[in-house]
Order: sequence, then structure tokens, then C-alpha cells
Amino acid sequence: MNFETVAARPVAAELHLPPVAPKMSIRNLDFFYGRFQGLKGINLDVAERRVTAFIGPSGCGKSTLLRTLNRMYSLYPGQRAVGEIMLDGENILAPGVDINMLRAKVGMVFQKPTPFPMSIYDNIAFGVGLYERMSPRQMDERVEWALTKAAMWNEAKDKLKQSGMALSGGQQQRLCIARAVAVKPEVLLLDEPTSALDPISTAKIEELITELKEDYTIAIVTHNMQQAARVSDFTGYMYLGELIEFGATDDLFLKPKRKETEDYITGRFG
Amino acid sequence: MTPLYRRRLLANRWNLAMSLGTMAFGMAFLLWILWVLFANGFSALSPTLFTQPTPPPGSAGGLANAIYGSVMIVLVATFISTPIGVMAGIYLAEYGKDGWLAQLTRFINDILLSAPSIVIGLFVYTVYVMQVGHFSGWAGSVALALIAVPVVVRTTENMLHLVPASLREAAVALGAPMWKVILKVTLKAVRGGVVTGILLAVARMSGETAPLLFTALNNQFWSTDMNAPMANLPVVIFQFAMSPFEDWKSLAWGAALLITLTVLLLNIAARTLFRQTAAGR
Repeated sequence: MNFETVAARPVAAELHLPPVAPKMSIRNLDFFYGRFQGLKGINLDVAERRVTAFIGPSGCGKSTLLRTLNRMYSLYPGQRAVGEIMLDGENILAPGVDINMLRAKVGMVFQKPTPFPMSIYDNIAFGVGLYERMSPRQMDERVEWALTKAAMWNEAKDKLKQSGMALSGGQQQRLCIARAVAVKPEVLLLDEPTSALDPISTAKIEELITELKEDYTIAIVTHNMQQAARVSDFTGYMYLGELIEFGATDDLFLKPKRKETEDYITGRFG
Repeated sequence: MTPLYRRRLLANRWNLAMSLGTMAFGMAFLLWILWVLFANGFSALSPTLFTQPTPPPGSAGGLANAIYGSVMIVLVATFISTPIGVMAGIYLAEYGKDGWLAQLTRFINDILLSAPSIVIGLFVYTVYVMQVGHFSGWAGSVALALIAVPVVVRTTENMLHLVPASLREAAVALGAPMWKVILKVTLKAVRGGVVTGILLAVARMSGETAPLLFTALNNQFWSTDMNAPMANLPVVIFQFAMSPFEDWKSLAWGAALLITLTVLLLNIAARTLFRQTAAGR
């Protein structure tokens, strides 16, 4: 991060909009846990093939925001979202949306690694088999492709038949990323993907994120501000359910417009 | 040593001694039962037990018809109760959750779980045996299934509650429909626990006597007809143990030991399986 790169992007920062096509557009989004309002009037665009990060203190609504993007909240009665989230011109909050199809398009990786109780191979084949019919050979290729994408192939190729639960935490998380990538989604949501991992695994996954953005639109929630600064192109700072500031990552970290943002990123929060 | 420390030490010793004492008290009766069972039943164990049917008083024989009958009745009951129990458990844990239907089902299931088995026997006698006009192995299976279903429902639901929400969400996040998530991921994650529940239900069924008295009754002869009165170990014990004939009494002890060993074996199997699940395999 140096001043040249910051200077190269002032237009985007001023417009509050990414200089590239938006993949998802969030408009006037409110979210409710029963009576509690978790998100208040969120407006932002998630840029295509870029990494968008959300930072903010615990409980600020950043995970909630992520969970509206694939309607994960729909699992729980009492949680509802009001507003508009456009994905390729379709409002995914509208009634009648095929939620399963949406989730196949918008993949998600969670904070804790969650390998399924099956072999490494089947962990990946499970999701692929849901929406695609393919021969065993094609499936073998897809599994290899996904593991390679997740920088796991060399470690996993000799133990594809072993349980995914026998892997180390960092490997499990990369398996989960491979599993999400394998179904070829268009958007990847990462909910604090490295908070349970050691620094080396974290570095591997950050590298991975940078590689994956060539093909995927990525939204990441992180508690780690350095991580947001390292991997993301755009960052949103959230507090108490509101999006306080949103812009190009370099601008937000180097010259935040709002006092609250500055206090938070410099550690003077409170 | 401070007085406070001394007091704590004494209190600790006293409580430890009391809990050890109560444990020994309970264990003593259990061991006593096992001892009596082995002392009386061991001499009755012989190969003829498995090859010859129950004899008339005063002649030699075995328990072959009762063993076969018990195995068949329990097996059929397991096949009836497992799908019902597992599916109802899945409904409660994954779909019904806290809805009124689920809560009502849970309440009724708990009542059924603690219902006296003789009541269930009487119920099947009234709605099945009286209607068809004769005792039968099928009726015995139905009665035992009614005893097993609530056990299987309970354990299946409890096991599914152990699956962390994150695992369910991870499968859902790939776009998997709910039924596939349940069959391929959540149920699979706790299959050892569910099988344990089924095995414990089988163990419970194989010792039940009251429901069989009203339904399968007994059969002095070798019979494989499930639609006729059928011999089974618990009822044979009931009849033979109270008879005045020494060889019948000895057979009753043999049958009792046989059931106990089977139940013990099932419990050990269930525990081993459960331990494997808990270890995440």
C-alpha cells in the first residue's frame, strides 16, 4: 500500500462506488431478528471480481449482512430482511426465489471449519453432484481442480478416501473453500474464514483469496483489520447495524472520511 | 495444617466415603442378581437348548422354539419401529422444532415412553388379537414395536440436536435441499448414536414379558408361523419358573441367563458404536 496506488483511485473513493460493474447491489436493506433490528438501511454495491471486506466491532451486523446475501437467515423463522438485493438483475429477497439455486450461485465459507462426516473426495463431490450430472472421470477432474484452486491438492491427493475430519484445522478450512469453489459459484462469501486458524494457515488462505478473485466475486467479514487491508479492494466499516463508511480499501484505511471510522481503525474506538 | 484445611479434608473424605458406599450398595444388588442367574442358569446352558423345542414336563428338551420366536418377534418389531421412530425423530429435530405439532408429539411420545408395558399389551390385545380372534407372533411384534418407537424417537431427536448448526448451514450453503442435508450430512454425522438408540430399544424389547402375554402368548411346539401363537423366551420364563417341575425351572433359568447375556452384548455393542461416533469417525 503506497501513495501512488491511492492516488490512482480517487474517483472511485469519491463516488463511493466501485469503478467496476457491481455483481450485487444492496438497496435500503433492513434486517430483523424478531423485533431487534440488526441492519439499518444498508446501501452498497459488491464489485464483480473484487474483494469487498466488512469490518467493525462484534455485533455490528457484518456477519448478518453476509448472511442476507445467500439468504442463510431463511433457515431460521423470525429472521427477515426488507429491501432489495439485486444479483444479476434479480431481487434475491423477492418471494418465489429458488433459494437452493441462489445458494449454489452464492457460496459461503464459515468461521469454523465444517467438514462433512465423509471422505475428502465426497466432501467436494457432495455439492457438485447437487446441480450437475457428470461421469466419475469428470468428477475426479473436478475434485482435483477444486483442491488445486484451494492449494490443497498436493496435501490431499494421496488421502482422498480419508475422512475430511481427520485433517488439521487449516487444511479443513481449505477443504471447505475447495468445497465451495467446486460448485463454481459466482460469488463467495467468507465469514471470518481465518479467525480459528494459525498464522501460516491464515497466510495461505489470504493468498488464496487474492487468487480466487480473478474468477469470483468475494465478500469477506473479518475482525482483523490488517487482513482487510491486505486482501480487499473495497472495505465497509459497520457499527450498530449501519454502514458508516464504504470505499476503496486504501482510502478507507489511509484517509477515512468519518471520524468513527478513523477512531476504529486507529484503535481509539470507544 | 490450618483448621480450615483440615475441615475441608474431612468433609471431602466423608463425602467420598458416602458416595462410594451408595455405589457399592447399588452394585451389590446387581452383582447378586448376576450371581444367582449364573449359579442357576449356567448348568442349564447346553447345545440342546438351541436344538430342541420346549419339552413336556418330565422329559428332556431345549428352548429352540422360544429362541426362534423371540428373535423373529423382536426382529419384526425392530423393522416396524425403526423407520417410524427415526423419521419421527427427524421431524421433531429438523422440521417441527418448537411448533405446536412438534411439542404435542414430544409430549405424547414422553407419555408413551413411560407407559406401563402391560397397558400396551392390553391395547394390542383389544385392537388386534380380539379382532382377528387368535394370538399371534405378529401381534407380539406390534406390541413390542409400540414400546420401541418412543425410545427411537427420543434418541434420534436428541442425537440430531447434537449436530452443530454450523454443519447444517455449511451443507445448506452449497445449495442442498433440506432432505439431502438431513440424509447425507446431519443424520450421517450421528448415525452411530441413532444406531445405539435402536440397539437399546432392541435390548429393552427382548426382555419385555407383559405385552407378549396378551399377544404372542406361547407355543409348546416348534412353529415358524408368525400368524399363530408363538413361543418366546420371556413368556417361557414366566410359565416355567412358576411350574412345580424341576427341569422346567432349570430351563427358565437358562432362558433368563440367555436374555441377560444378549442384552449385555447389545449394550456393549451400542456403547462401542457410540464411542466411535463421539470420536468423530
